[in-house]
Amino acid sequence: MDPARLFAASRVLIVAGKGGVGKSTMSAALARTAARAGSSTLLIRLTPGGPISRLFAQPELTTLEQTLHPGGGPGGDADVRGRLVTPDKALAEYLADHGLARITRRLASTGAIDVVTTAAPGIRDLLVLGRVKAMETMKAADLIVLDAPAAGHAVSFLQSPTGLRGAVGAGPIATQADDVLAMLADPERCRVMLVTLAEETPVNEVIETAFALEDEIGVALGPVIVNGLVDVPEGLDGNIDALLAENAPKLSANDAAALRDAAAFRLRWATRQREQVARLSDSLPLAQLTTPQLFTSEPGPRDLETLADSLTVEINKLTEDDV
Amino acid sequence: MSSLAALLQERSVIVCVGAGGVGKTTTAAALALEAANRGRRVCVVTIDPARRLSDAMGLGADAPLSNEPQRVDVKVNGELWAVMLDTSTTFDALIRTYALNDEQTNNILTNDFYRNIAESMSGAHEYMAMEKLYELHNDDRFDLVIVDTPPTSNAIDFLEAPDRITGFLDHRLYKVLVTPSGGFARVVNFAAQGFLRTIARIVSASVVDDAIEFFAAFDGMEEGFRGRAVAVHNLLIADTTSFVLVTVPRNDTIDDAIVFVEKLAEADINVEGLVVNRVHPHFGTNELSGLAQGPLAPFVTVLHESQQVAAGEQNVLETLTRTLTNGAVVNVPFLDTDVHDLEGLGRLSRWLTPT
Repeated sequence: MDPARLFAASRVLIVAGKGGVGKSTMSAALARTAARAGSSTLLIRLTPGGPISRLFAQPELTTLEQTLHPGGGPGGDADVRGRLVTPDKALAEYLADHGLARITRRLASTGAIDVVTTAAPGIRDLLVLGRVKAMETMKAADLIVLDAPAAGHAVSFLQSPTGLRGAVGAGPIATQADDVLAMLADPERCRVMLVTLAEETPVNEVIETAFALEDEIGVALGPVIVNGLVDVPEGLDGNIDALLAENAPKLSANDAAALRDAAAFRLRWATRQREQVARLSDSLPLAQLTTPQLFTSEPGPRDLETLADSLTVEINKLTEDDV
Repeated sequence: MSSLAALLQERSVIVCVGAGGVGKTTTAAALALEAANRGRRVCVVTIDPARRLSDAMGLGADAPLSNEPQRVDVKVNGELWAVMLDTSTTFDALIRTYALNDEQTNNILTNDFYRNIAESMSGAHEYMAMEKLYELHNDDRFDLVIVDTPPTSNAIDFLEAPDRITGFLDHRLYKVLVTPSGGFARVVNFAAQGFLRTIARIVSASVVDDAIEFFAAFDGMEEGFRGRAVAVHNLLIADTTSFVLVTVPRNDTIDDAIVFVEKLAEADINVEGLVVNRVHPHFGTNELSGLAQGPLAPFVTVLHESQQVAAGEQNVLETLTRTLTNGAVVNVPFLDTDVHDLEGLGRLSRWLTPT
């Protein structure tokens, strides 16, 4: 499948996954891949920090939109922009939009905000989703990529409109909840892409999260990203001792052991990952996009391009039935 | 420099802290198993363990009492107990403890606004984890309580949440809105009515009514709650309590860990143990680039990649260990320490307390 088609399939991609699986990195990589395929992309994060600024070599995201990667270039790329949408800001904007700006300060100083957010749990999440929906409706970009809260939280985050719909009766919050629910239920507007590692616990969690999202929220799921796969270079399963005797007979025992052990470790690691990928395929009927293990602890712009390269290759392998 | 083994031998409380997804729950369980092996009567409080691990510890779906400690079926020199934290049941128990009578208990427990506090208020998990810790610490059955903390966005939520929620329960808004005129009376201050109507427009009138009813029902319990929060805080900063920070050698996680250490230091708490999970092994120091072109090329490529990961990890870990002035540091290797059962916990505990 042409990546342009995948990224044009819905206007909002919500990227979700357990802590530590590379969810924010994948959000950035998806945004960059979409931009390369010609979709002008807005990357949204809910909390400050994370790897995004380092990946694009740009300043930290703020609630003001900034360019993370300009468009143009030989491939005719579109741009990637980014911003924060924080719950506090979303609540303040919501109050202002409803003519309540003047009481915002009094709400905060009396602590009434805490009462409101406790009385209507999930209201912050709903208002964040409401902001995203507003950006989607006014076509702030061809594609919005939302770096969602860590899984577990992802389910309750996306459940917030359903939960509130029952609690608040009629009124502006109920309308907001209905609008967000309409977006979540429409695969042409919104899809969730889950990210996992090829390890036992992350695979279990991604399976649980996928079923919870489909059953409880009814949101469409895109392909699952399986991050951090190691490759096995051709010839690594050769007989190292014979190769050493033939090609490097004078190598010290320590150096020989380093080569031998590193290869054995890699083979074991790759086998373990293949088992988990197979288990994921058996348990979850979703297409998979795999991305490579980066052998660096500080991924930067070059790594982002590497990830976008591999996502592009992977998306090209998808068929129409996969999406 | 102390060792984790010494902490397990001597302390009465160990709090495992760290970001989500770093193996905190498993580490807490392995430490508990090791302490039990050393003859102590240990209870570990786990939060949302992976299913296979909770089943292994007898905390599976068919465990008889979810919020009470269960004896783990394992042969140790001491005793190993485990409990899975149930936030709202723990909160309900606290209400029962401090309510003046049954009527007050019922009014609170059936109130929708209270249910929101107990089930989903931000900080409620942290608060109840510490509350459970305090309760078990005062239980004669245990000499050591090890607690896993919820993955938090704010590093020291579990220290601040008890004060914050206690402050909330004793809410200023309530004082503004309701003039207590003895007993259960609800006299809403006239000037506050317009303000209330505005809030009701944002959410709904019934939601506001629930909130007011809750604060009225809670009246009189503030003192007990505040006293308890102080006692919990004192336990956390006591010399018999140790904090063990769990992390992985990834750049962003290490940044979080450093913030953790600094914030704890501000609260007069020293991190006395550092557990680094998922550390890649080191394979030699020579790059052997002379062999990179021949038939050994794939082996050299893999060696270089391994060395690159190991060097990067070492780099970020040095930044963290520099901020720890005094504490035991243990590296747990990646790949051989996936834990799904008691045997796996045993393997992990041997890494944590090498002989």
